Amino acid sequence: MKKSLIPLLLFVALGAFLFIGLFRDPRYVPSPLIGKPAPEFSLPSLQDASYPVASKELKGQPWVLNVWGTWCAGCRQEHDVLLAIAQQRAVPIVGLNWKDDNAAAQQWLRDLGNPYSVVAEDREGQVAIDWGVYGAPETFLIGSDGTVLYKHIAPMTMEVWNTEFLPRIESSRATAGSKS
Amino acid sequence: MITRLLHACLLIGFLAVAPAVHAIDTQPAFDDPALQQRYERINRELRCLVCQNQTIADSNATLATDLRREVRELIAAGRTDDEIREFMIERYGDFVLYRPRMTATNFLLWGAPVILLAIGAIAVVRVVRRRSKEADIDTAGPEAGSS
Repeated sequence: MKKSLIPLLLFVALGAFLFIGLFRDPRYVPSPLIGKPAPEFSLPSLQDASYPVASKELKGQPWVLNVWGTWCAGCRQEHDVLLAIAQQRAVPIVGLNWKDDNAAAQQWLRDLGNPYSVVAEDREGQVAIDWGVYGAPETFLIGSDGTVLYKHIAPMTMEVWNTEFLPRIESSRATAGSKS
Repeated sequence: MITRLLHACLLIGFLAVAPAVHAIDTQPAFDDPALQQRYERINRELRCLVCQNQTIADSNATLATDLRREVRELIAAGRTDDEIREFMIERYGDFVLYRPRMTATNFLLWGAPVILLAIGAIAVVRVVRRRSKEADIDTAGPEAGSS
């Protein structure tokens, strides 16, 4: 009987959904910021507190915001990848040093190398809240028009950079170019 | 003996109540009890995204501490509960709410119990009707034939 197959099909469908659910990362929370204007900030520079790092100055070009801290193991893990990406000189990489010790952060950059064009110090975590940061390392891509294009939550890899970031950077540049 | 038992009961009672009264802050955020109550209620409705099955009222993660500070400042700035919730949703998404809202994307999840109940009700009605018809035929049939 065909009718008797219906419960079986429903069961298989439910099973399929649950099975897919097994392989999804519950710690991954999609950012509501994607496609919205990037939150503005102005923070002191890590190396020189009298020098402000303002997000406004970065407008008109795609840029990357990388949230890190010396207390974060994943940040240590991704550091060499960031250095390699910085060498490409594709876009400015802005560091957001999140709730960290200033001296330790500066020492980290001296010891491991500095992939950042500039590093903003977010001692209180106020800017991190505005950006919806909940687990470093997090890496945002901001387009030429100042909207958030992509967010990667986990250590950066070359594969993610090549497949998710570079194509978006290129298309952001192309649309910005055709408008002007 | 009885006083001892009473003391034990009191102690257990205090232990059960204590976490609800004094959340995780070492001292109350507000002097005004009404504001303190609002502060605690909002904290209990916001998820700590680092330790996802805890509210920011329960969690001692640094992010939870920061978010509690944010809630305190927003209340002090005179924002309403809805505005504070909206502030959190804008940054962390709907997942931050422990009591989820109904939106276009999760409509099916909210509606599924009602829909399933309706399907069940229809099925029951149809089965009952068919059975009662069969019963009518069973009782009416032979009698009609014998007479």
